[in-house]
Formats: sequence, structure tokens, C-alpha cells
Amino acid sequence: MGKLRNAKELQDLRNKLLAEVDTNRTCVRICMTGCRAHGAEQIRDAFNEELKKQGLDKKVEIRETGCHGFCARAPVIVIDPQGIFYQQLTPEDIPDIISQTIENGEVIERLLYLEPQTGQRITCERDVAFYSGQQKNVLHNCGIIDPTNVSHYIARGGYSALEKALFSMGPETIINEVTESGLRGRGGAGFPTGRKWGFVRSAAGDTKYIVCNGDEGDPGAFMDRAVLEGDPHSVLEGMLIAAYAMGAGEGYIYVRAEYPIAVEHLKLALTQAKELGLLGQNILGSGFNLELKIKEGAGAFVCGEETALLASIEGRRGMPRPRPPFPAQSGLWGKPTNINNVETYANIASIIINGADWFAGMGTEQGKGTKIFSLAGKINNTGLVEVPIGIPIKEVVFNIGGGVPEGGKFKAVQMGGPSGGCVPEQYLDLPVDYGSLEAIGAIMGSGGMVVMDEATCMVDVARYFLAFTQTESCGKCTPCRLGTKRMLEILTRITEGKGSEGDIELLIELAEGVKDSALCGLGQTAPNPVLTTIKYFRDEYEEHIKNHRCPAGTCKALISYYIEPEKCQACMICARECPVDAITGGKGVIHVIDQTKCSKCGNCLEVCPERFGAVTKLSGVPVPAPVPPGTEVIRKRSKASE
Amino acid sequence: MSNNADLSLLNPILEKYQSQKGVLITVLQEAQEAYGYLPEEVLSTISQELRVSLSRIYAVVTFYAQFYLTPRGRNIIRLCRGTACHVRGSNLILEVLEETLGISEGETTENLQFSLETVACLGTCFLAPVMMVDHSYYGKLSSQQAKTIIESYAQPGKES
Repeated sequence: MGKLRNAKELQDLRNKLLAEVDTNRTCVRICMTGCRAHGAEQIRDAFNEELKKQGLDKKVEIRETGCHGFCARAPVIVIDPQGIFYQQLTPEDIPDIISQTIENGEVIERLLYLEPQTGQRITCERDVAFYSGQQKNVLHNCGIIDPTNVSHYIARGGYSALEKALFSMGPETIINEVTESGLRGRGGAGFPTGRKWGFVRSAAGDTKYIVCNGDEGDPGAFMDRAVLEGDPHSVLEGMLIAAYAMGAGEGYIYVRAEYPIAVEHLKLALTQAKELGLLGQNILGSGFNLELKIKEGAGAFVCGEETALLASIEGRRGMPRPRPPFPAQSGLWGKPTNINNVETYANIASIIINGADWFAGMGTEQGKGTKIFSLAGKINNTGLVEVPIGIPIKEVVFNIGGGVPEGGKFKAVQMGGPSGGCVPEQYLDLPVDYGSLEAIGAIMGSGGMVVMDEATCMVDVARYFLAFTQTESCGKCTPCRLGTKRMLEILTRITEGKGSEGDIELLIELAEGVKDSALCGLGQTAPNPVLTTIKYFRDEYEEHIKNHRCPAGTCKALISYYIEPEKCQACMICARECPVDAITGGKGVIHVIDQTKCSKCGNCLEVCPERFGAVTKLSGVPVPAPVPPGTEVIRKRSKASE
Repeated sequence: MSNNADLSLLNPILEKYQSQKGVLITVLQEAQEAYGYLPEEVLSTISQELRVSLSRIYAVVTFYAQFYLTPRGRNIIRLCRGTACHVRGSNLILEVLEETLGISEGETTENLQFSLETVACLGTCFLAPVMMVDHSYYGKLSSQQAKTIIESYAQPGKES
């Protein structure tokens, strides 16, 4: 493919690519991004090898795609044209899939997803509850196309929004369209995108920059990773349209260094777009120029803050500075700069193609369109989901997410990472929306949802987040540098059972202070996890302080492991697994944990056979004394004692 | 000042970014890729060639978590400390790793085989708790598995 010199050549190319698509040809779509960590490469190799062996390699396309979303079931594949969804595959399953499904069209029951609610095996991806509750707009190519193949993107309508923007809209119309769509920044703060673009467009000066914030740093969030890995051209197209609308000629994509596949796919996408004349000088013959470069992060969470990110691109310490001036007036090297998040840019093409009204038709009064969330923690269907803004939290966590794994009970869902808050059970009916979440102390944030169950200690969660923000605090402003440190000290004290009366009030006072006076978003939002856990789980704090008890059994200093003598079958399993040899007893002799040696790793509880259930975790009560000498031998030897 | 780093490895990097603005971090990243860490003489050369003061380079290097001023191990263990991993017990995994290797987070074993690092989030929450050894992911870990995996790398022939 050579350089496309005008819109017609792009259309011709798309038509040619579409004509080449054989919809009857078997295509196996394998997730090769997230699932790679679960052995997707071995699955692909097994397919290629087996197909070759059977002489079918020309007939069947093996397509390496981005994330399908259902990470809990990795590695997953979909076989087109039927859309058969197989999950949790091993290389041993591949010969069967080829001989039965691909050659004979038979569905292999055992590889289908079993819907827990109904007990039914589901054949097609779209019928699985995890997928049917979603609305894929930003992710519409993710898992469908090969992200390293620009033809796939173009054949799915890719770059037609750019074409429309360049040749039939004009900058003002584009900005109006984006403004009217109601799109708000997906990075966390939720600023109206069209307005931001308007500021940059009207800012004085000829040199303007465009920046994509791909420094997805919130622990528990992987939406942007999936978009960059699975559909990188959608981000480029969004940036191209934005740059054209604002008059920017140069730009940067800032990506976390922890995302090597995203960097690889982006680099490839830039090269391809350049070769096709969709990036660089005189794009599609329109006279519009844009040069884009990739900047890899170097491991600093605060660089997700826009002014810190700009400092980092300039090659300096990534420290924020006070605003105003906002980057729209004075950003990169003092020039007007537009910064949007990955997901924000990935929304643009569909708004241009389908119009503002279409986009505004999804979502709520305050939040239009869809939002991607990453589900993680104590939840069955860990993965990536895209839903219209405004659907109840419950719907996401239980219907799509499949709820808490067996044996656990839902306690809270943490939204918005270290800047967000914990949403307790009583608010599960609330819509996922900017305003409703803010009202209860949480935020929409970038889209991380981490589910917690009864075994999660909320004081420990608050301490965990504070430890994170305290480490990542750049140290420039005092409230954040010292405030987070003092708060962390108090929280650590409480989790160690050394809390004192008045600690909660002190925490609240400090939290309010840091919130009001920190320089940037990192500090201003750092207290949120503390404030929301105190607000909704104050009793847990009090239990730690007053009774030295951790109700969830998480805080190490406050728990002890204990073997119940009447349940112990003296099987030696726990004693063998104990890393510090704290368990005494022998075959036929009841085991006892030496509390002075115990490192509280929990191995014994993990390995004690379920049918015995002899090891328990105690908190807030003294450990019972060992059985008196002479009674520790049990007569009835169980089978497991050998 | 020690003087044993082969400074010629820097030449192609410096050439590539000559007279471009804002390239310090990129140059440092590529230099570290070439040397494994950032030796003092490498930093001095970068300082001279890019005409950036050594103090500013030092400020940048110490600010970002991914720059190293001391040699790192041949196998890099990166344990995820993200929220999903935390609620699934990654703190226990960290303890086991520290105990097995006899080093603390952020340190390198004396024989330069392992460096133990923690990262804020690997973005693979569905594998929680998860760690990476070099480029391989090990997910849904138990303390025992983590130990076994490290021990398998410690055997001769498994080093990469």
C-alpha cells in the first residue's frame, strides 16, 4: 500500500479491502494481549502447527486480536463466522477444535462457557451474560481486528471520521460537534472535551501541541492498556481529528513503560499511518500536517497529572505546577497544548461519524456515552466491560461481573483508584455517573472497579492507598508531602493495634486539610479512600482501636492462627508447609502453633484439608492454651495421616 | 570514578537524538537499556553531549522509579502491588520473595542474579496476585508457588 493522496484513494482502498473479505472463511480470533499472560501464545502455536499438519492452514485464518474483555476466562477464542466462544483453553484442546468445530461444524460442549445463574452452556459470545449487558462503542474493534494490521481497521470504517472531519466539517464544526455530544474527559476529572478543545483553538500563537495521556497509573485500572493494545489506530484517528480542529501540528503520546505491548502496537500504528499518508505532511492531500511521537514513561504515578506529564515530556522531573495558566494557554514548552486521555480520543471517531445526537442519546444528563471499566478484585468475571454511563453499579458488579466468588460476601467496590472511594452495599443501586458517585465521596475516575468482600479490611485498604500516594507524592507541596505521611503513620498505627482514641478525628482533620490545600490532583484526592472508609466503615476503625480486633482478619498484628484440637487430624500437612517451623506435633499428635515463632503467612490455613477445617484465624480474642499434656495424642488415625 | 563502561555504546543513542529538544529521559532510557543501569561515567558523557548539567540529570534519574544507579540482577522480579493484587494477598507473596531471596524490595542479590522490585500495577488484575520474572507473567500465585518459581530460576541453566 502506498501513500493515499486524497480521500478518494482512501475510499477505494477501503472498498478494495472490503471486497477481499470472505465472510464464509473460518477465522479464529485469539486474544493476544491480556490472554498472553495466560498462555495465548501456546494456543496460537498449537493452532498453526495443527492446521499445517492437516493442510488447512490456507483455509483458516488465525487472527491475533486485542482484549475480548473476559479476562477471567483466559485464554479465550471466538470462531467466526458462527461466533462460537471457547474459553480457558489449553494447547491439548486445539486438535479437537480443528477436527470437530472447524472441519465439521460441531460445537464442543466442554469448552463452552457455563452460565452460573442458569447452568447452561452458551455457544456464542454475544449470548453470554457478561457480554450481552455491555454496549461496545470504544471497544468495538477490540477483540475483532488484528491491531497490528491497519487494513483491518480501515475495512471496519477506520479513518473515515478523519476523512469526514478534513473534507466536510472544518475545525469549528468539529469542536461544536464534540461539545454538543457532551463527551467528558475519561481520565478521571471529567472536564468537557469540546470546551477544552475550544480553549486551545482560540489560544494565541501558531505553534500548538496535542498530547495523549496514556500514563494509566491507577492500580486496578487497565482500560487504556486494552485500547492501546487492541485498537491503537482509533486513538491516532481521534488525535488527528483533534489536532486538525485545534490547529496543532505536533504531538506526543505518553505511555506507561509498564505496557510494552501497547508501546509496540502504537509504534507500528504510527509507522503504518505514516506510510499511508494518514500522518505526517499534507495528510490525504488536505494540507493538514501532524507529526506524532511516542514518549515512554519512566515510572512515576504523578505524571498522570497533566502539568507533571508535560514536564516529563520536556525531559524534566515530573512535578506538577499550579494552574492557571492551564495547558490550553501555556503547556508544552509554553505553547497552547491539548491533553486528553486515551479513551477520550478513542471516542472521537464515532462522534464524528454518528453525530453528537447519537452520542448524547447514550448515558445520563451529566454523563454522555459509554465508559469502560476494569473489573478486578473479589469478583467472578474479572475483565474489561463497556457500559452506558448511568447504569446501576449493581448491574456492573453482579449481572455483568458475576458477583463475588463463592464463599465471599460483597462488602464494597472501590472506584477511581487512589483518588476514589469505596462504595458500600447500600449504594449499589446508584447509577454509575459523575454526579451520583461524587455525592457519596467516590468518583467515576478512570474506570477501575475493585470489588472487596468480607475478608478485605477497610482500614488496611485505606492504609494501602495512602502508602501508595505517599510513595508517589512528588514532594513539591507540603500538604501532600507531609500530610500523606502523617496520615499513613496514623493508619499504620491503627492496623497494628496501636491506635488511640481520637485518631479517627485526627485523620479526618488532616484529610480535609490535605484535600483543600494540596497543589495537584494527586494530593487533593489522596484523602478520598480514607474519608470514604471512615464514613462507611467507621465501626471497623473503632474495632481496631478499641478492641484490637481486625474484623476481616487481614491486619497481621491483630490476628493469630490457631489449630482447633478437636478438629485436628494430626496429618502433618500444615507442619510441613510452615515456612518457619512454628507447628509442633507429629503423626497422631495434635498440632500446635507456636505463637512466638508464627510469621502469620496463612499457609497452614490454606493447606489444611477442607474436610478438617482445623486451622482458624482469630482476632481480638486470646489464643486458647494448648491441650494439657497427655491428651494431645489422638487415637483415631485418619486416612490423611499417612 | 570507575572507568570501565564502554562509552562507545552511547554514540548511536546520542547521535539519534542530537539537537532535539526534551530528549533527556529518552536518552537515559536507551542508555540504561544498553548498560543495564546508569553508571556515573555514562551520565557524565550524556551531560557533556546534551549540554545538560549533571545535577539536573541526577535530579531526573532519582525522580523516576525506573532508573537505576547500581547494577541490577540478570533476572528482574516485578511483583505487582496493585489494588486487586493487594486484596488477594500480594503482601504475603512479597514476604515470601524477600525471605527466599534474602533481600528486601528494591534490592539485588549479591550474586547479581535477582533484583526484586514492586510495581504499582502491572495492569493484569485478572491474574491477581501476579508477578513478572523478566518477560514472563506468573499469575494467581500462592506463597508456595512464588517460592517454587524463584527456585526454578535459581537453578543453573534457567537464567536468561
